[in-house]
This record gives sequence, C-alpha cells and structure tokens, in this order.
Amino acid sequence: MWHNIFKIASKPDNIPIVGMLLLVFFFWFLSFWAAFKNDRIRRAAAGKPRPEGGKSKGDVVDVIDFMYPEEEQGLPKKVSCWPHLVKLEFICAIAVMALLMFWSIPIDAPLEEPSDSTLTPNPSKAPWYFLGLQDMLVYFDPWIAGVLLPTFIIVGLMVIPYVDVNPKGNGYYTFAERPFAILVYWFGFFVLWVLEIVIGTFCRGPGWMFFWPGQEWDPHRVVAEVNINWNEFLANISGITALKSETAGLLLGIVTILAYFGLGMAVPYLWLRRQESSIIYRLGLIRYCVVGFFFWTMMTLPIKIVLRLMFSIKYILVTPWFNI
Amino acid sequence: MLTEQREKIKEIVTESQVYKSIFRRGFEDTTKNRVLAIFGNVFLHLHPPYVKRHALKFTHSWCMGGITFLLFLVLCFTGVFLCFYYHPDKINAYRDMKYFEYDVPFGVVLRNMHRWAAHLMVITVWLHMTRVFMTGSYKPPREFNWVVGVFLLVLTLLLSFTGYLLTDDQLGFWAVTVGTNMARATPLLGHEGPFGEQLGVTAYNDIRFALLGGSVVGGNALLRAYVWHCVAMPVTAILFLAVHFWRTRKDGGTAGPL
Ligand code: HEM
Repeated sequence: MWHNIFKIASKPDNIPIVGMLLLVFFFWFLSFWAAFKNDRIRRAAAGKPRPEGGKSKGDVVDVIDFMYPEEEQGLPKKVSCWPHLVKLEFICAIAVMALLMFWSIPIDAPLEEPSDSTLTPNPSKAPWYFLGLQDMLVYFDPWIAGVLLPTFIIVGLMVIPYVDVNPKGNGYYTFAERPFAILVYWFGFFVLWVLEIVIGTFCRGPGWMFFWPGQEWDPHRVVAEVNINWNEFLANISGITALKSETAGLLLGIVTILAYFGLGMAVPYLWLRRQESSIIYRLGLIRYCVVGFFFWTMMTLPIKIVLRLMFSIKYILVTPWFNI
Repeated sequence: MLTEQREKIKEIVTESQVYKSIFRRGFEDTTKNRVLAIFGNVFLHLHPPYVKRHALKFTHSWCMGGITFLLFLVLCFTGVFLCFYYHPDKINAYRDMKYFEYDVPFGVVLRNMHRWAAHLMVITVWLHMTRVFMTGSYKPPREFNWVVGVFLLVLTLLLSFTGYLLTDDQLGFWAVTVGTNMARATPLLGHEGPFGEQLGVTAYNDIRFALLGGSVVGGNALLRAYVWHCVAMPVTAILFLAVHFWRTRKDGGTAGPL
C-alpha cells in the first residue's frame, strides 16, 4: 500500500509537491492563526481607549496599536531600512541558499531516456504544477479545461482588487472582516488547485484512470464507460424518452446553463437586497455580475466532479460544434 | 602607535579619489548615512528608506516576495552557466545533459540547482500571492501591483514550462506534448477547437503550429522553447519585476494597517 505512494512521492520531480503541501499547510496555519489573533485583539479592544499615539480612520480600528506587547508600543512605527530590513533579507537569503545547496547535492534532477515520439509513456503527464489543468480534462473538453478556464483563472485573479470593495482588512491579517473573500480564495487555491495537483500526481494512473493512493497501477483494468449526458439522465429519471433526442439535448443544455448562471446571480442578489445589505450598493451591478460570473464559473468544476462521480453525467450541453 | 597608523591608513583609503567615487557616504551610524545607504545604491534603493516595524516580522510577509526574487536571481546565475554548454538542437541537447552529468565541472550541481530553484520558485510565487491575499495587500492603492504580480505568476509558470523541454528527454518531451496539445483545442485558433475547422484552421496553420514552429514537438520547438526560456521571457520578467518593486515602494512599502 505505502509502496506505491512512496514510489510516486520519491520521484525527484515530485519531491517539490510534498514540500509544497507541507509549506501550504504551514502557511495556512500561520495566516489563520495571525488572523484569528488579530480578530480577538480587536474584539477585546472594542470600546477601550486607544493606546497613546494610536489613531483610527473611520470604522477601521487601528489593530497595529494593539498588535505589539505593551513595552513596544511607545517605539516608533517606522524603522530605517538599513540595517533593519537589509539585515533580515541577508539572513533569509543565506538560509534559502543553504537549503538549495543541501537539496541540490544529494538529489539529482531527473533525466530519462532520450525523447522518442514513437514511445508514448502511459500515463503521460504535464509538469506537476499544471496537473490540475490536466485533470480538468476529465470533466471538461480540452478547449474549456486547457484554454478557457486557465484564461478565466488569470483574468479572475486580476479582477480581484477591483471587485473587492471591502475597505477593511487592508494590510493586516483578519478573518472576521472578510470571511467570504478568504473562504473563496482558499477554496480555489487549496481545494481546486492544490488538491487537483495531488490527485493528478498520486491518483491518476495509466489511461488517466483513477486509482486510490497505494492501489497498484494496473494498466489492464477495465472501467465500463457508462457516462451519459444530462438530457439522457433527465430522460432516465423522468421516463420521458423524447428528452433523449438531439434537439432536446441542445435545448435542455442551454436552459440549464442559463438557469445556472441566472439563478446563481439572481438569488444571492435578491437575498442581499432583502437583508438590506450594504454590500450590494457598494458593489454596484457591474462588479456584482463580474463576481457572480467568476464565482459560478469556478464552481462548475466541483459541480461537474460531483455529477460525474455520483451520476456518471458527461456533458450538460451537447452541440454539433462543442460540448460543455 | 599602531592605532595611529591604522587610522592614517583608513584616512588615506577613505579620502582617496577611487574610494570616494564609489562610496559616497561615511561609516558613522547616523540617520543620514542610513538613508544614504539605501538611496546611494542602485540595488538597495528599490527599498524605501524606512519600513513599518510590523512589516519586518516573519509572520507578516513570510519574506516570500524576497525569497522568490532570490530564486529568480539564482536561476539567472545558474542559467548563464548552463547556457555556456547547452546547444538547442535535437542532436546535441540530450548529449549536453549527459555532458553535464559526467564532464562539466560541478555540472550536476549546476543543473540540479537550476531545476530545484525553478520548482521552488513556482511554490514560493503561490505562497507570496497567498500572503498578499491574506493581508489584503491588493486593496487600494495596490490594485495595479497585484495585476503586475499576476503577470509575474504566469511568466514564472511559463518559464518553468519552456525549460522543461530543453533536456529533450522523455519526461520533458511528453510533458510539453501534453501541454501544447491543449492549444489544438483553442476556440477559433486551434484545429480541434470549436469553430476552428469551419474557419479553415488546420494542424499546419493553427496556434499550436505557431508555438512549436511545426506540427510536432521537434527541433524547431526546441529552438523556440530555448529562445523564450533564455531570452524573451527572462527579459520580460525583469521588466515586470522592476515595475513590481517600484510600485511596492511608491505605494508606501509593504502594506500595513491604516
Ligand atoms: C516573480 C514573482 C514575484 C516576485 C519576485 C515578487 C516580489 C515581491 C516583493 C519582494 C515584494 C515586497 C514585499 C514582500 O516581500 O512580500 C512584493 C510585494 C507585492 N507583491 Fe509580489 N512578487 C512576485 C509575484 C507576485 C504575484 C504572483 C502577486 C499577486 C498575484 C504579487 C503581488 C504583490 C503585491 C500586491 C505586493 C505589495 C504587497 C504589500 O504592499 O504588502 N506579486 N512582491
């Protein structure tokens, strides 16, 4: 059982993945620890007079005044960069260089047989940092998994500063002041990106079939292809065979996708209006739609994973030119 | 007596024209000299003269941006040495790898360092982005610097990816084949993508052909990967890095609570 896991993990090019997991867990812990600590400090400080020299702007409490132990509070907030920062950078550089040396001496960069276009390895995998994208090919056609969604990831990251209108949490760790932003970030980064890489590395064997970690990779394993499309699935459960036709597939697909995005955007909008939440006014319609679009596009991945694994559904929309 | 002589030598050195032309400040620990140390140095002046005290803590910035930059420098340095021995053609590329292994002095360590620093940089870039997100440092006035950062993220991944092919072994070859096969499916521009066929796009004029300089991953693809990897993308990355650091500084240094 452990043999197979170890065999994959100890491939020189996969060692970084193990390192990445440890680092991600560590910094996850560190950032949430800092966030909860700041939140606690701010809650305790609410209502209390600010320490000497402290200031606050609007409703943003100046956490920094509370972040330092008493004896440091009187010290200046800024220090000269030379030597304080430069010294730390120097120490940090030495530590990283030492790590890199110790890594580079015993562990050799992989070099396999000379390239041969007639000898296809099975499975053939992209570099590990792209395995998340490659694994999406299971759930989406290549033009979506390989082109559209990566573009959306890049553009989606770029719009973050322009759609996050929450003025709080600018420059310090906090969870309570921006829970939605932080949860979405970690869902996208950790669940969808990092975990997909782990699955792509450890669970995808020959023919890109799924193997549990530790299961021997048997290239001859037969998996019955029972995948059906959305309209066929509806036809099966409702018993209306007419739904199985191509036109019905096309129409149902379009309706489903429109309903998905439409409801996905309308329901939270109406709900927030009813709550008389100020978020909706601060966002404005355009920002709201951009957030909604990227959020629900991101959620298509977990949704398609669940649909595939639980109901063997392959496509939602089937057209002669492309399938979704 | 001795101290006197030492002082005299020191004076001769520090008062000499050569010394003064290089170092334009004294060594006394004064505020002025501290600021001059930053301003008078083209590399250090990417820093602001003063930093917020909380930003010095490891728990705030994780040093991740700095570590990423250090790894970038390591990659440039080791990359130059690798370039001295490497030929980007189908006949020599793989042999050069063996040459590094058996002949080039410190060739193995050189290659290993380049490889591991590249992998590590991919990880640290993600962590740096995570830390910037978690401290909300992309919020006004730093929106644009975040966007510049996203470009750097993409460049880092592409640098790593183009480098993967250069060994010309099975690992790199198939990884790049799998990766570039996705380009076939580009809508409109790929010959297997939606509406590609209808627009007359074939395997010989689509976007994948442009990337590879051919319809298969061959000698031309190796050369293109080499030029992207060793010239075009590092230069682009340096430009974006310059903007990135400049903006970090102009936007008031590493973000802190208001
Ligand atoms: C080649 C990659 C990169 C390098 C070398 C780099 C380097 C740096 C450095 C040295 C800093 C100073 C503060 C610190 O160390 O945290 C910084 C700040 C910053 N970086 Fe990057 N960075 C890179 C990629 C990115 C990416 C991918 C993003 C986000 C998508 C990003 C967004 C930012 C922002 C917004 C700041 C300002 C943070 C603040 O004011 O606290 N950078 N970067």
